[in-house]
Amino acid sequence: MFETIAEMMSHLFIQRAVLVGTLISVCAALLGVSLVLKRYSMIGDGLSHVGFGVLTVATAFGATTPLYIAIPCVTISAIILLKIGNNSKIKSDSAIALIASSALAIGVAATSVTTGMNTDVCNFMFGSILAMNKTDVILSIIVSIIVAILFIIYYRKLFIVTFDEEFAKASGLRAKRYTNIIAVLTALIIVIGMRMMGVMLISSIIIFPALTSMRIFKSFKGVVISSAVISVISFLIGIYLSYIYNISTGAMIVIVNLVIFVLFTIIEKIIHE
Amino acid sequence: MYLIQIKDLSFSYASKKDALKHINLNIEKGTFTCIVGENGSGKSTLLKCILGLNKGYTGEIIKETHIGYLPQKSDIQTNFPATIEEVVLSGTISNNVRSVFYKKEDKEKAKDVMQKLGIYDIRKKCFANISGGQQQRVLIARALCATKDIIILDEPTNGLDPSISKQIYELLDKLKKEDKITIFMVSHDVERALNYADTVVELLNGEIVFNGKPQDFKLGGAN
Repeated sequence: MFETIAEMMSHLFIQRAVLVGTLISVCAALLGVSLVLKRYSMIGDGLSHVGFGVLTVATAFGATTPLYIAIPCVTISAIILLKIGNNSKIKSDSAIALIASSALAIGVAATSVTTGMNTDVCNFMFGSILAMNKTDVILSIIVSIIVAILFIIYYRKLFIVTFDEEFAKASGLRAKRYTNIIAVLTALIIVIGMRMMGVMLISSIIIFPALTSMRIFKSFKGVVISSAVISVISFLIGIYLSYIYNISTGAMIVIVNLVIFVLFTIIEKIIHE
Repeated sequence: MYLIQIKDLSFSYASKKDALKHINLNIEKGTFTCIVGENGSGKSTLLKCILGLNKGYTGEIIKETHIGYLPQKSDIQTNFPATIEEVVLSGTISNNVRSVFYKKEDKEKAKDVMQKLGIYDIRKKCFANISGGQQQRVLIARALCATKDIIILDEPTNGLDPSISKQIYELLDKLKKEDKITIFMVSHDVERALNYADTVVELLNGEIVFNGKPQDFKLGGAN
């Protein structure tokens, strides 16, 4: 096994993927705790579809680094989604469904007009660790560090805002601001993570670690730490198995997450009996 | 001394005009005030105006101090992973909004309050897994971390057994007597409110129709 790992790590593209993937896994898990508890789980899914739409359109028009276009577009969508959910007649779950399917449709239409369903589009859908280039690596390192620092700085406030928005507001916190910060950071992580995980699968690495941790851990701090750890472990096992058995990396990571979730659920049942 | 003075307060929601009409009310230090009234009479709206959660009211609200608030339960909390300690400690946020971590004095304050309310020994338990009465105790502790003067409660005994809700009233009474904490609460439980309150305020359609001692409310009362 160690020889395989050594051989695996000798490839530059794997080194990149491991570095970027570990950073993204930690950040996705941290954000996921707040999103799951706030009942915003579906936002990740909606935003990844928007990301797909933007990336395909940008590629169709020949943009060399579609990420530069995708990041601002998805970020703006994130804020719009939250705004709609907060104060309009369209409920947020319907709003997400509307925006997600529209973005997907526009993306598919753009590819039909230009290149057709080629490998690039397939990579967007299901992810590919080969898709990582140097720009992706640098961008993801920067974004991950920003997410991690903001999460630590706002940890206290995020807890209060997530646990009890009314109390947070009465204590003088601008609760909306923290929800917006979470949405923007989620947008960034999704755009960067979807190259590796794929549009269809990226939201699972946001949701799974938090849900898994909540089976066993009953403190906020415990859930946050456990989510980050579970996320990284799932990623590393996933990329290893994907390398050995030649299975799509994104899919493998989600399956490992699923297995750990089931394990934790069983352990929870045993503890409670 | 008045901790909170409300002068000619009026408030309308987009969907409901005149939710509050020309409210004048003073909350004196060290008193126990109960707001009673039917659903939709403006009780919670009044609290939200005092707490600054409802913006765009007319009139004036003068607050002399930090307020500790106990909101109605939200369903997010039913499955939330958080220990009692984490919840209580979070009440100290208004004392130092800027800092990144909790300070030593915040932790000591939280410890004192938890000991006083008899929840220190169970501080590592999950908030979602304790009884409704214990949860209210925890939320009162959190409110006490935010203030040394006044706590405002929105129907704290909602959904509790009568014996448990009596314990909550007794706890509030004790806080008033021993720690000089001013209590201002919305209550749907008029009978009990009359037993413990110094002042009863009745709202009807956004107006104060009674403001006085509980014994007078019993005798002359609007009902």
